[in-house]
Amino acid sequence: MEPPTDLSCQELVELVTDYLEGMMTPEDRMRFDDHLGICTGCRCYLVQMRQTLTLAGNLPAETISAEALDTFLRTFRDWKRNK
Amino acid sequence: MSHRADDQSLTGSTAMPATSIGEHMLHPEDAELVAALRRGDEETFRMLVTQYHAAMLRVALMYVSSREVAAEVIQQTWLGVLQGLARFEGRSSLKSWIFRILVNIAKTHGAREARSVPFSSLVEAGLHDDEPAVEPERFIGEGQPYAGHWVSKPRDWDTLPEERLLSGEIRDHVARAIESLPPAQRQVITLRDVEGCTSAEVCVLLGLTEGNQRVLLHRARSRVRHALDVYLGEG
Repeated sequence: MEPPTDLSCQELVELVTDYLEGMMTPEDRMRFDDHLGICTGCRCYLVQMRQTLTLAGNLPAETISAEALDTFLRTFRDWKRNK
Repeated sequence: MSHRADDQSLTGSTAMPATSIGEHMLHPEDAELVAALRRGDEETFRMLVTQYHAAMLRVALMYVSSREVAAEVIQQTWLGVLQGLARFEGRSSLKSWIFRILVNIAKTHGAREARSVPFSSLVEAGLHDDEPAVEPERFIGEGQPYAGHWVSKPRDWDTLPEERLLSGEIRDHVARAIESLPPAQRQVITLRDVEGCTSAEVCVLLGLTEGNQRVLLHRARSRVRHALDVYLGEG
């Protein structure tokens, strides 16, 4: 029996970033979507990737310390006084 | 005062009237910010400092080895920004201009520290890491029917309890997975997915081509997904 599409799952997982970044030709995107339409394994994989991005986006970004902010604001006030 | 060649060609190719190119090319939001800074509005300065701090720290740490030196670099950057404001003509966005100043100062400090590994070789290392996104054993081998298709389908994360996915334990695990990536991959995924920069911004900040940026992002995301999958499979 022939594989269902010309794109294999092993190839698809390497194209996921191009897909999510919208960096595919319309033909490649169609092949990708066609494969997803009939492959639950790859649909699960895409969900995993999306969840990974959501989780990374929920990490707290580094915030500035009060001390550093004070130093920068002092720089600003000095500059303003002398400009 | 010198302008970069690409800036010149950019202005040459636009239909802006030659007399007021500088002001015309300023993005309206940038124009407001620059005007506020020039008149000494501290709230605007505080907002920019807070908003860009995480990304500035990331970028500075590519060139210098400690957070102390990075903090010094950021401090000098803001001083350079304030002193250069009068000359800022809006040939690039305010953000790109600030980060270009940051990179120049960080490079000077980095050269002084004689850091052994330049970022360009970290990029090379990050690109040439040819570990596949998913282990080959997860796919049916060549020569067999359905070669290249899943042996068994990936775990369905949608069925995981929401509270598990939102737990601090998983968050720590994602953070650790990102920390342990090769440096160039770590920089790209942190700027893109944690700090929310666009791909165009990351290319400018890290001096990467669009294609290389995407390859590094792909490797990074694939590894973090894999680390999470292993972790969730253990639980």
